[in-house]
Amino acid sequence: MPSMNKIAAALALCCAATAHADTIKVGIALDISGPFSALGAEARDGFELAIEKLGGQLGGQPAEFLRTDFGGSPEQANQLVSRYLQRDKISFFTGPIGSNAALAVGPALFAAKVPYLSSNPGPSVYAGDKCNPYFFAQYQNDTYDEAAGKVANEKGYKNVVLIAPNYPAGKDHLNGFKRLYAGAVKDEIYTRLGQIDYAAEIAQIRAARPDAVFFFLPGAMGINFVKQYVGGGLKDIPLIAPGFSADEDVIQAVGEPMIGVLNTAHWTHDLDLPANAEFVAAFRKKYDGRYPSVYAAMAYDTLMAMDAAVRDAGGKVQDREAVLKALRNPSFQSVRGEFRYGANNYPVQNYYLREVGKDADGRLTNKLVGITLEQHQDAYVGACKM
Amino acid sequence: MDAIFVFEQLLNGLGYGLMLFLIAAGLTLVFGIMDTMNLAHGSLYMAGAYVAARVHEASASFALAVLVAVLVTVAVAALLEVLVVRHLYRRDHLVQVLATFGIILIADDAVKAIWGVAPLMASTPAALAGPVQLIDGLPYPAYRLLLIGAGLLVALGLYLLVSRTRVGMLVRAGASNRQMAEYMGVRVGGVFAFVFALGAALAALAGALMAPISAVQIGMGEAILIPALVVIVIGGIGSIRGAFVAALLVGLVDTAGRAFLPPALRAVLPPSVAADLGPALAGIAMYVLMAAVLTLKPAGLFPARA
Repeated sequence: MPSMNKIAAALALCCAATAHADTIKVGIALDISGPFSALGAEARDGFELAIEKLGGQLGGQPAEFLRTDFGGSPEQANQLVSRYLQRDKISFFTGPIGSNAALAVGPALFAAKVPYLSSNPGPSVYAGDKCNPYFFAQYQNDTYDEAAGKVANEKGYKNVVLIAPNYPAGKDHLNGFKRLYAGAVKDEIYTRLGQIDYAAEIAQIRAARPDAVFFFLPGAMGINFVKQYVGGGLKDIPLIAPGFSADEDVIQAVGEPMIGVLNTAHWTHDLDLPANAEFVAAFRKKYDGRYPSVYAAMAYDTLMAMDAAVRDAGGKVQDREAVLKALRNPSFQSVRGEFRYGANNYPVQNYYLREVGKDADGRLTNKLVGITLEQHQDAYVGACKM
Repeated sequence: MDAIFVFEQLLNGLGYGLMLFLIAAGLTLVFGIMDTMNLAHGSLYMAGAYVAARVHEASASFALAVLVAVLVTVAVAALLEVLVVRHLYRRDHLVQVLATFGIILIADDAVKAIWGVAPLMASTPAALAGPVQLIDGLPYPAYRLLLIGAGLLVALGLYLLVSRTRVGMLVRAGASNRQMAEYMGVRVGGVFAFVFALGAALAALAGALMAPISAVQIGMGEAILIPALVVIVIGGIGSIRGAFVAALLVGLVDTAGRAFLPPALRAVLPPSVAADLGPALAGIAMYVLMAAVLTLKPAGLFPARA
């Protein structure tokens, strides 16, 4: 088999050659079909805008941004990550929208020492005793809801019904709400992930007659829930939500019934900061005037963080220690403004209250009300030893 | 847990059960009369939902959307019958399952090619988006009342068709003893094509009506196929009456499982355990029902072939 050997040798040469070409490979797991498709599409738009702004480079070096859809399924995310690690030899990873996928892909990435900059989920698991130096979060799941719980206190709601899908982030979000909420929880409803018909749950809420309803139902789940909530004649009971249940995707799909929904987030498109103004203007120019959602903002920020880290590490992405050190001390202007990482690589940052209303052009969107939690840190950091 | 709560859940269960009936009716006729297992029935449901969602968006007329969805789906089904299903009638069930499973895969990819991977948002017709005050203290979504009304109407129409017309007589004859019907001079080919098209029309109607309260997405057909199969097994294969009773049973059991089980569990278990156990138990409620029925009546509640 001499010819086979030659081919093998040639293959080895070619591939060794590309590996040395100093192209930084970023594995992006897109989430554009499946339960989180609308949010995944928002994130994709944020990534594309960042790649355009960076001119396809990271820290001044040529970069390749691999983008593959994994349909929101943790199993498929796992397969995709092993392909990214073994075949493509990626230097950074990002992308999944769901906490379940983030938890599924973490171990393989950490074992391969590939930094995973989450562009969305901040599961409690990686914030506490299972924290990892290779995981960087945008926020911790519970923190959005801690802010919402504080808002519910300020509004004087004596009792609430909570509703969330039955998956890791759902529990994080409800736990977060209960942490700072001082009133009574009348009922705590967990639904199937991706559930569309909320008739049974709406009847439960009607029977419980709470002062307010707190719902964590991102994407299509939230869209259907709010529509059916209003259709079921419950619109007199106010809704509070973490920003994910009331972002651009939900607002545009539901329409007028969203007006007045209070929601909390670590970023809003009308935050008055130069980096944010530049991002929002560029986004609206590229995508027909629509406002970016928090998913697009986080995706954009994630690539900006990678860009700064590569530059600060002197372009040596193989030097993992230098990259981690650079990532931990971000030197870029984040669209969310000032933040720093806690000991568990989860950020300490502001959380804002937003209210759905109309902008100057009559377009339905979120408007900044004020700061709810200032430079707030998650509740799990104490358990993290690294 | 007051009376209004229970009544509202009964209505929810009734609505879901009637939609299941529309799908199961076609499935049970095709299986009962032609002895053909058509797994692609769910794909016809998906076709109905996609076409309705698109036409509704483009024309802003919900009635037109439902009509176009039914016509398009029947046309697709007729093509499918001529090209594939017709050749499966005399083959064994394994071949039928393989071939119709293949159709599912092709249908899912065709939908992906035509409408993309992202789910469509089908909107409720504006006139029916609000609640109707049914009784004091219970505003009920108008659209769900439409579902219940349409489901009952179709069930009645189907009953009259099957029990009072000549075509229905042929269908019943075919379901109870196909060979004898053939010996008596029934032109089976024509009856088969009619039944297949009728089943497709019902599936498309269900898809179009369910679109605003379910996700119009790839794989929605497979997701609804499983409860539909449970319905025809419980009802007795080939029996319309059985499918009707079983669909309402499954609808009520499923809704009751989701509505009453979690609060009951929370009363006796810590919330985190109840949160894990409740949805899991609610999800298997209909299978428990199926197992119980099959233990008592192995051929289903109303077997067509006694």
